[in-house]
Amino acid sequence: MLRLVVRRLLQLIPTLLGLSVLLFLWLNRLPGGPASAILGERATEAEVARINRALGLDQPVYVQYWRFLKRIFELDLGTSTQTGQPVWDEFATRFPATVELSIVAILIAIVVGIPMGYLAAKRRGGWLDVGAVSGSLIGICIPVFFLALILKGIFAVQLQMFPSYGRLDTGMDATDITGFAVLDGLLTGELDASLDAMHHLILPAIALSSIPLAVIVRMTRASVLEVLGEDYVRTAESKGLDKRVVRGRHVLRNALLPVVTAVGLLTGSLLSGAVLTESVFSFNGIGNFIRTSIDARDYPVLVGFILFIAMVYVLINLLVDLAYSLIDPRVRVH
Amino acid sequence: MRIFKSGAVRAITAAVAVGLIATGCASERGKDGDKGGDKDTFVFAGAGDPGSLDPALASDGETFRVTRQAFEALLEHESGGSKLVGGLAEKWSSDPAGKVWTFNLRKGVKFHDGEAFNAAAVCANYDHWFNWKGTYQSSAVSYYWQTIMGGFAKNEDKEAPKPNYKSCTAKDENTAVIEVNEPSANLPGGFSLQALAIHSPKALKEYAKQDATAKGDAITYPKYSQEAGTVAGTGPYKITKWNKGNKEVTLERFDDYWGEKAKVKNLVFRTIDTEAGRRQALQAGDIDGYDLVAPADVKTLEKEGYEVPTRDVFNIFYVGMTQSKNPALKKLEVRQAISHAIDREGIVKTQLPEGGKAATQFMPDTVAGFSDKVKTYPFDTNKAKELLKKAGEEKLKIEFCYPTEVTRPYMPAPQDMFERMKADLEKAGITVVPKAMKWAPDYLDATEAGSCALHMLGWTGDFNDGYNFIGTWFAGPDKQWGFDDKKVFDSVNAASKVTDPAGRVEAYKKANETIMEYVPGVPISASPPAIAFAKNVNPPKVSPLTQENFAEVSFK
Repeated sequence: MLRLVVRRLLQLIPTLLGLSVLLFLWLNRLPGGPASAILGERATEAEVARINRALGLDQPVYVQYWRFLKRIFELDLGTSTQTGQPVWDEFATRFPATVELSIVAILIAIVVGIPMGYLAAKRRGGWLDVGAVSGSLIGICIPVFFLALILKGIFAVQLQMFPSYGRLDTGMDATDITGFAVLDGLLTGELDASLDAMHHLILPAIALSSIPLAVIVRMTRASVLEVLGEDYVRTAESKGLDKRVVRGRHVLRNALLPVVTAVGLLTGSLLSGAVLTESVFSFNGIGNFIRTSIDARDYPVLVGFILFIAMVYVLINLLVDLAYSLIDPRVRVH
Repeated sequence: MRIFKSGAVRAITAAVAVGLIATGCASERGKDGDKGGDKDTFVFAGAGDPGSLDPALASDGETFRVTRQAFEALLEHESGGSKLVGGLAEKWSSDPAGKVWTFNLRKGVKFHDGEAFNAAAVCANYDHWFNWKGTYQSSAVSYYWQTIMGGFAKNEDKEAPKPNYKSCTAKDENTAVIEVNEPSANLPGGFSLQALAIHSPKALKEYAKQDATAKGDAITYPKYSQEAGTVAGTGPYKITKWNKGNKEVTLERFDDYWGEKAKVKNLVFRTIDTEAGRRQALQAGDIDGYDLVAPADVKTLEKEGYEVPTRDVFNIFYVGMTQSKNPALKKLEVRQAISHAIDREGIVKTQLPEGGKAATQFMPDTVAGFSDKVKTYPFDTNKAKELLKKAGEEKLKIEFCYPTEVTRPYMPAPQDMFERMKADLEKAGITVVPKAMKWAPDYLDATEAGSCALHMLGWTGDFNDGYNFIGTWFAGPDKQWGFDDKKVFDSVNAASKVTDPAGRVEAYKKANETIMEYVPGVPISASPPAIAFAKNVNPPKVSPLTQENFAEVSFK
C-alpha cells in the first residue's frame, strides 16, 4: 500500500511538470499581455514596453519558464496582474465562497433529488413520476446561467425575497476566520451573519443545483426501479416484512450505491456551473474570478488555478484508487 | 441506512423550511440598513474593484471614485462642471513663464489621522512622489505622476520621461511653491488630479517603509494601499474598511472636515461587474445608485421613477486609421472619403443616450480649444465615392477591428456602432473586413501596435485642457495612427507651450483646424454617460469628469 502511495505521488511530478510546460507555451502563444490590461486606452507602445521590461516579459521564453518553475517549486504562484496581490491570497479569499456555494447546491440536489427519484420510481407512471422525469429533463437542458437569471429576476428583483448579488449584506460586519461565511457566523456566535450568508447562497445554489438535481432524480429513479424488480425484494415482501423496512433496508440502500458515486462526480463538475452562476449573482467566488482573469489575461491566476485543479484531480484519483483497493481486494494494485 | 425513513425525510424538510424562513427573517432585518431605512448608509455600485486605496498608485476611474471621497488635491473642478477651482489651495498663480506655481493654502484643514494640513505637508507629498524608486517608477504604478511631472529624482529606467518637477518649497505655513523645469500644458490641470491628492505626512512616513514589487510577472502593491488604516487624506469621508471578500469599501463621515459635512454618515462602494447586475440590484433595492448605466436602460429606469441624471459630454469617440497598416490610407482623398461615408448623426440618434453629439474634431465642445472653424466632413455617400475614384481606390478593401464584451462611456454599444459604420462604408463601395476582438488586452494591444487599419476607440478627459485630448494622439508619431506629419505634430506641441491661458486656447483651436485638414481619423461622437440613483435619493451634482462628490448625497 505504501509503495502504491509513494509511486503515485512520484507520478505527480512528471504530470505537473508536463502540464506546466503545456500551460506556459499556451499562454505565451496567446495574443495580448497584462500591460494593456493594466493601462487600458492609456497604454502607449513605450509604456507597454516599459511594463513588460519591469515584469521580465521581454526576456526569452525559456528564461521566463525557468523563473516560473523556480517559483512553483517554492510554492509561490506569483501575483495577480488584476489586483496586485499574491495569487494564493486571492484564492484563499474566493475558494471558500465557491466551496460553500457548491456544498449548499449539492445538499439541495441530494435532499430534494433522492426522495423525489425514489417516490417517482415507487409511483411509476403517476403524476409525480411524470413531473419528476420531465422536470429533470428541463433541469438538464436549461442553461445554468439562464435559470440563474430567471430566479434572480423573479425572487430578487420582483419579489425582493432574496438579495440580488454578493455574499453578505452591505455593512454586515462579520468576523472572518475561515472564509466560509456561514461557518464563521456559527463559530463566532454571529448568527445573523450566518443566516445572512445563507440567505445570499440560496438563489445561486438553487440555480447551481439544477443539473446535479436532475441527474440524481433520474439516477435514483432508474436505480430504485431496477432494485424493486430484484428477487430479494420480492422475497422480503413475500416474507411479510414491514414495507418501511423493505424500502429503507433493501431497496434504498442498494439503489443508492450508483447515486453516491454520481454525487462525487457531480460535485467536481459544479465548478463549471459556478463560473456562470457566480457571474450572474456577482458572487465573489473562484468561478467569477477566473472569468475576469481570462478577460484580463491574468496569467499567474490562470496558471495557478489550472495547476491547483490538476493537482486536486490527481490526488482525488489517487484517493479513489486507494479506496478501491481497500473496498475490493480484487482491484488491489501490486 | 435509516435516514430515509419517512420521519427523517420530514425532519430534513422541516429543517430546510426553518432555514429558509430564518434566512428570510435575517434579510428583512438587514434591509433596514441596506435599503436606506435608517438613512444612514448610502450604497453605490461600480463596475470594478478599486486597485488601491492610495490614488497616487492608480490610473483607473473605479479607484478614483472611492478615493475622491477621502482625498483632496490642491485644485478641484467646480461641483458638476469642468472649471478649475480651489481645492486645498484657496488661490493659485504662476509666474509668466509657467514654471513657478504658488498656492495659498486653506487654513484649518485636518487630515483624518489628526495631522494638520500645511505647506510642509504639500511639499512632503510632492517630494515623496519625486523620490520614488524601484517598482514605483513603473508607469503601471505611477502613470499620472509621470504624465504630469515626468520622471523622478533618479530615473532607474533610461526610457523613463525626463523629470519636469523641480522642487516644492514651504514659503510659510500656508504658502507652497512648486517649481517645474519647463512650462507644461498639463498644468495647472494636473494639480487637480486625484493621483496628486494630498496625504497626511504621518501616513507618508508609513508608506515610505513599504515597497511595491515587480515579482512573478505582476506588480504587487504595498500593503498600506490594500487595507484601511494607514491612508489618510482630508476629504469629507475617511476610509474605514475594505472587505475584499465582499467586494465592499466602507467610508465614514469625517466630522472634522473643513467644509460642509457629508449628509449621509456611511458611504459604501460595492462592485457589481455587469450592467444588468447593477440595474437589477438597484431595482431590487439592494443598492442606492450605480454608474455606467446602459443607454438602453436610461428610459426604462426613468419611467420606473429612478433618478437618472446625465453628465455633460467630456469624451470623444473616434474611428482611428492606421496608415502604416493599409497604404491606401496615406492618400488624403481616401481619409476624406471615409469621413464623408460615415453617418455620425445617425449613430448619435440611434446609439447614444439623449444629449449625445456628433463630433467635428478630436475633442468635445466642452473643452477649451474646441474650434468652430474646422473643416467638416458631412455625411455624403456620393462625395465619398467621388473621392475614392479620384484616389484610384474604387475597390478599396479595408480591415476594420472592433471590440467585444465591453462598453465604455464614449462607446456604449460597440458592435451596433460598428455594424452601422460598416453598412455606411459599404454603401460608398468600400469592402469592409470585420475583425472582432476581446477588448482587453487583445483589442487594446492590436490598436496600440497599429495592427488594425480601421478601429474604434475613444477618450474621457482627465481635466479641461486641449492637450489632454489631442496631445494624447497627435503630439508625435504613434503606431496607432502610423503617420508622421510635422505640421500636425508642431501645431499640437506649439499650443502646449503657450503659457497664457487665453493664448493657449486659441492655439488649440488652430491645432484642431490643422488636424482636421489632415484628417488622421474620423471623430464620431461625444456621449453623455448616465448615472442612476434610487427613487429616495437626492443625487449629487453629476460631473462631466465623472468626479461626483458623494458628500452631497442625501435621502429624501
